[in-house]
Amino acid sequence: MRQQFTSLEAHGFESPTTQSAFSSSSISSSSSASDRRLKALARHLVDASPVMDSHSQNPNDTVSPSPTSSAFHADSVFAHIVRAPEDPILGVTVAYNKDPSPVKLNLGVGAYRTEEGKPLVLNVVRQAEQQLVNDRSRVKEYLPIVGLAEYNKLSAKLILGADSPAIQENRVTTVQCLSGTGSLRVGGEFLARHYHQLTIYIPLPTWGNHPKIFTLAGLSVKTYRYYDPATRGLDFQGLLEDLGSAPSGAIVLLHACAHNPTGVDPTIQQWEQIRQLMRSKALLPFFDSAYQGFASGSLDADAQPVRMFVADGGECLVAQSYAKNMGLYGERVGALSIVCKSADVASRVESQLKLVIRPMYSSPPIHGASIVATILKDRNLYTEWTIELKAMADRIISMRQQLFDALRARGTPGDWSHIIKQIGMFTFTGLNSEQVVFMTREYHIYMTSDGRISMAGLSSRTVPHLADAIHAAVTSFA
Amino acid sequence: MTSTSTSTMLSLASASLTASLSVHENLKGRLKLGGGSLSFNKEKANPFIKTKSFSRISMVAAIKVSRFEGVTMAPPDPILGVSEAFKADNDQKKLNLGVGAYRTEELQPYVLNVVKKAENLMVERGENKEYLPIEGLAAFNKVTAELLFGASNPVIKEQRVATVQGLSGTGSLRLAAALIERYFPGAKVLISSPTWGNHKNIFNDARVPWSEYRYYDPKTVGLDFDGMIADIKAAPEGSFVLLHGCAHNPTGIDPTPEQWEKIADVIQEKNHIPFFDVAYQGFASGSLDADAGSVRLFAARGMELLVAQSYSKNLGLYAERIGAINVVCTSADAATRVKSQLKRLARPMYSNPPIHGAKIVANVVGDPTLFNEWKAEMEMMAGRIKNVRQKLYDSLTAKDKSGKDWSFILKQIGMFSFTGLNKAQSDNMTNKWHVYMTKDGRISLAGLSLAKCEYLADAIIDSYHNVS
Repeated sequence: MRQQFTSLEAHGFESPTTQSAFSSSSISSSSSASDRRLKALARHLVDASPVMDSHSQNPNDTVSPSPTSSAFHADSVFAHIVRAPEDPILGVTVAYNKDPSPVKLNLGVGAYRTEEGKPLVLNVVRQAEQQLVNDRSRVKEYLPIVGLAEYNKLSAKLILGADSPAIQENRVTTVQCLSGTGSLRVGGEFLARHYHQLTIYIPLPTWGNHPKIFTLAGLSVKTYRYYDPATRGLDFQGLLEDLGSAPSGAIVLLHACAHNPTGVDPTIQQWEQIRQLMRSKALLPFFDSAYQGFASGSLDADAQPVRMFVADGGECLVAQSYAKNMGLYGERVGALSIVCKSADVASRVESQLKLVIRPMYSSPPIHGASIVATILKDRNLYTEWTIELKAMADRIISMRQQLFDALRARGTPGDWSHIIKQIGMFTFTGLNSEQVVFMTREYHIYMTSDGRISMAGLSSRTVPHLADAIHAAVTSFA
Repeated sequence: MTSTSTSTMLSLASASLTASLSVHENLKGRLKLGGGSLSFNKEKANPFIKTKSFSRISMVAAIKVSRFEGVTMAPPDPILGVSEAFKADNDQKKLNLGVGAYRTEELQPYVLNVVKKAENLMVERGENKEYLPIEGLAAFNKVTAELLFGASNPVIKEQRVATVQGLSGTGSLRLAAALIERYFPGAKVLISSPTWGNHKNIFNDARVPWSEYRYYDPKTVGLDFDGMIADIKAAPEGSFVLLHGCAHNPTGIDPTPEQWEKIADVIQEKNHIPFFDVAYQGFASGSLDADAGSVRLFAARGMELLVAQSYSKNLGLYAERIGAINVVCTSADAATRVKSQLKRLARPMYSNPPIHGAKIVANVVGDPTLFNEWKAEMEMMAGRIKNVRQKLYDSLTAKDKSGKDWSFILKQIGMFSFTGLNKAQSDNMTNKWHVYMTKDGRISLAGLSLAKCEYLADAIIDSYHNVS
């Protein structure tokens, strides 16, 4: 650490706590802000990773001129920046790609695969794209900051229901965002600026990116109990207790359906209890809806929890993603809806959302949203979509059944019924990290170390191999 | 709990309250409201409860008022709001010189032919829509860095550039700002006075302090070079200096090559870090290489620098949001580390960037035939702007008898012209002449046709001479 500070000082970067060096009045940092920055810097500098150690021997980190640099920049101003580790989820695919085994199986990333193990572009998407390309009147002018208007309206209807009173009363503001992540981030930033309770409760466990998104948005992140490893199901009592003891007004992140990573969803009765508890404590629901239609195969059924909350007249936020249910992963299509008490509030909220978006990326990308709008507004395409969606959901459900049957057939010890009880793309197998390592090493099965597998990556052909691997892992490591 | 047969729905903002109100004693939970004053009458009763019968379950919203009641209406964006106002205007003579989007002589939006070709190819190929890596499309990152620095540039050959696909210029600037905030805490960004209106918003939201360096000289309607140098010199060592690579927005005034050298000198002297915003490569002079001259000059000195790129204007891909942040480092190792940290900042913002625009750019720039066609279209667009400048200048000189020197119109470069009109005069342009522009006196020549030059000249002359 000392070495890095020395190189910083060599560049005249005095410690941020000595504010006298930065005498300009435009720096309005309080000492606590500079402490924060210093802490952040220190955190990054002392971050001990194996990669970091090898780099500290790098001659470029010491003060020696490289051939192409002038004497002024003998040392890099980026010398103190360490290499970040690979993203834990995406790192699984990196490792998978390196494996030469012919029987390797990638059950890491949550992207749908066909029975043949190939990525899928929906027919309706291809049709919609063709329509767009053929339409000679189409231009590429900037979208409004809030995105494609038609798309926003259709997205709100999709999640809230076409007959939603909240929509009819103009109490919903919907802004196009960059898929689920972008919607969550914009919502988080808005809340951090305008909401009075800056704590968000996220379920334990949850998607790995959630805490990072909300922390960077400016919220403080706490957790509520969710998954019960003993039952491999919902720790409902724990959930109620934790939400019950949350401070009034706190924000609560809820997975609308197909909880990631566990696949464990509350029942409708449990949702009703959650709703009543939350409303009684004025807790603010923030739904993450990344799998509408993908979980059960029915768009309406998967939207039920969200609609229940909206039906009681209360306020909530909903982040939508079309990455999975329309297979538009790379196009980054999503939307943030904020259901407010009144049209006037919704209008003011929307104006403030624009102030969050403009300095982040100005306006959202047009292509994916145009595809979605084309499909949602066309009766035939919409119907075709629901059929393709159901087919994807059904294939996943079938994989669950096949895996369950295969484990039963092998007499694998343990209760594996959670495989067919859990819902959506992922199964939380309950395997521990030792067993996971074993499965990767001996059977070339790639999954995240928490025991999560993506059912979308399985096929009838590969189920037996996975079942063998699980069986071996469970019997080798009791 | 009581249930009412009619549901009562009240909007907090509405002045009138409906007659049937139900009062609830047992409201659980306190309600705290955010900042800002509430504008409703404080009645003893709780008028804002909605109760609704739903079979035998009565669903009570325990929330009395909106949690967002204190949220105020934000003003419209000063730049994008201009187009909205323009749309609302029904006058036939109206002219939109607000936002910097290229228009044809017929004042229509323009989709480049190479873009249409690329999109057709993409649809024919039927590629998949899988997630891009966090850093974006590799093929795009490669060609975008090469376009900027030149494929044979040492920074490219030595792999010293960290390139991450970003959401056009704004998104790329924001990633860089986030990097500065995290790794250069307390460091300041110096921005030109004036500069693009969104720059300060980006740094504010990223919590990066900024201050201005003198740039525009209203007396000469040119560059206040001495002021610029003095202010850059006076800034604390190790500041980031935001420079417009070419076609300065909003003024259209660029430093000369000699001036660029001197700017580089003072930046090196103070160990500042140059931070280029390159939104108009190819659009300024018509030549992609010439417009990258300033960036390449700095890179050639072995300096480390940041460069944000945008393909909104030069490839007309405005709505596709395609750009990149490039960080030139002294070593390939540093570039690798910087890239990894940029990824760490992108992941909680939007996970990974959109494919469509990236593929278009990769296809156009990566294919020699399409690339040459692009260069031709680029020259055509830049050429039209130059013609319009000339016509406007001619019209102004012909019509204005005061002897005012309008030659700055010809000297300025790129999409915009800083007319020197103040706010009141700009308002006159809009209110009297239905010419829409930004309040700082900036007009977008990309939105001007040869046919409208005379009308615009009349408007400018009137506003300049008759309004103070």
